Amino acid sequence: MSFEARQISFQYGSKPVLKEVSFTLASGRFHALLGPNGAGKSTLFGLMTRLLALQTGELLLNGQSLRKQPAEAMRQIGVVFQQNALDLDLTVRQNLYYHAALHGLSRKEARKRGDLELERFALVERANDPVRQLNGGHRRRVEIARALLHQPGLLLLDEPTAGLDVGSRAGLNEHVRRLCEEDDLTVLWATHLIEEVQPDDRVLILHQGRLLADGEGRAICADQGQTNLADTFHALTGAGHS
Amino acid sequence: MTLAQYWHCFVGIQVREWLRFWQQRTRFFSALVRPLLWLVVFAAGFRAVLGVSIIPPYDTYITYETYIAPGLCGMIILFNSMQGALSMVYDRELGSMRVLLMSPLPRPFLLVTKLLAMGMVSMAQVYLFLLIARLLDVEPPDWGYLAVLPALLLTSLMLGALGLLIATWIKQLENFAGVMNFVIFPMFFLSSALYPLWRMKEASPWLYWICQFNPFTHAVEAIRFALYLQWNPQAFGITVLVAVVLAVLATAGFRPQRTRILSSGGKAG
Repeated sequence: MSFEARQISFQYGSKPVLKEVSFTLASGRFHALLGPNGAGKSTLFGLMTRLLALQTGELLLNGQSLRKQPAEAMRQIGVVFQQNALDLDLTVRQNLYYHAALHGLSRKEARKRGDLELERFALVERANDPVRQLNGGHRRRVEIARALLHQPGLLLLDEPTAGLDVGSRAGLNEHVRRLCEEDDLTVLWATHLIEEVQPDDRVLILHQGRLLADGEGRAICADQGQTNLADTFHALTGAGHS
Repeated sequence: MTLAQYWHCFVGIQVREWLRFWQQRTRFFSALVRPLLWLVVFAAGFRAVLGVSIIPPYDTYITYETYIAPGLCGMIILFNSMQGALSMVYDRELGSMRVLLMSPLPRPFLLVTKLLAMGMVSMAQVYLFLLIARLLDVEPPDWGYLAVLPALLLTSLMLGALGLLIATWIKQLENFAGVMNFVIFPMFFLSSALYPLWRMKEASPWLYWICQFNPFTHAVEAIRFALYLQWNPQAFGITVLVAVVLAVLATAGFRPQRTRILSSGGKAG
């Protein structure tokens, strides 16, 4: 699943939030979108998920325009939002079924795929619990399992570890990397936490609406004459270490 | 997308609405208190003041309770629709709306299905209200309960679409108090829900005409006539027309960025 953003600019009223952002996502790889709060990450996600309408530029999924083929694009994209998007009063399974139905899956198919994902995410025992009873880490896992139910090729995660403790954060990050390998899934993981990024990840650094770097973490460090990503990020954005 | 996929989606949205209804059943019952208070207290007080002559669809003198029952059915839907629409774009339903909008099916279909699902729950409330009203001697013909169903569904769609349109486009009305003062109360009081329009005409021709232009008047009349097994093509026709126009406007003009769906702060970073 390849993805390309071409010359994306976006503004809220007269305030520019994204300025001529272009990048490509390579099929089956983990990409980290790194940027401080307010860099424009969520706006970029809004555009990629069609919650925001494109103003200028083009987004292409496997060469097809998101604007022209929205249905096809949404079939191929799984999303985990920064804010909780689960029904807290419904059970884990009910949440999965709702999502499956929205993608046109029959109840039988939803049950089959739901069971598979629940097993993969070690959630079988919690399947009939209301989401409200789950801790933050488990809720996030449910959201990722849900995002994968319709078997997308591209998984977008907008600061998925927000509000989680250090252990859960690392666990979730590892889990998604494993999925990436197992399923040949293309992943875009937005974060402002450098410890979630590894040197051989593809890294996109977004700052004040501009894409300042795009490449393998190690190569970006070398370009900037730095030894680690934290210093590179600091040098590029002038931000403190996260 | 195939027809079967649309169907699974439609059913899934309905099921979720009923599951939520079941989770929040105390709210469902407490929302019935409002129309019942009107029926029991307000109507008792006003029965003496307002004489209602024989007007269609009634073929005899009726009590004031009988007169206002259809209007109160409309009121239940009015409150629910506005509250539902606001929660879709501002609070409780934000998470579910994000998920909804990630569906590959066309947005107008998703939104209309969602409005209809909310409407179904409203209708359950209306039927429960009518059942209690029956115990209080508001007794429409038995088949009336079935005949009124399309009118109730249309009213739900019309008011849900209006709510969505308002919630999306009028920033000043993003809280329920604002909607209550500027939408619900004017629509309710400037309609035939509480008093027949000929009485309004006697009081003020201006107000009468405002009532005539209020689509809620026609929705209430469509409900009233259907409940008494009479066909009122004008009221029904206007309700259908307004429901369709509002549904098209609300769904075609829906912009998530004008809501809090993208991020709870309204604008994303």
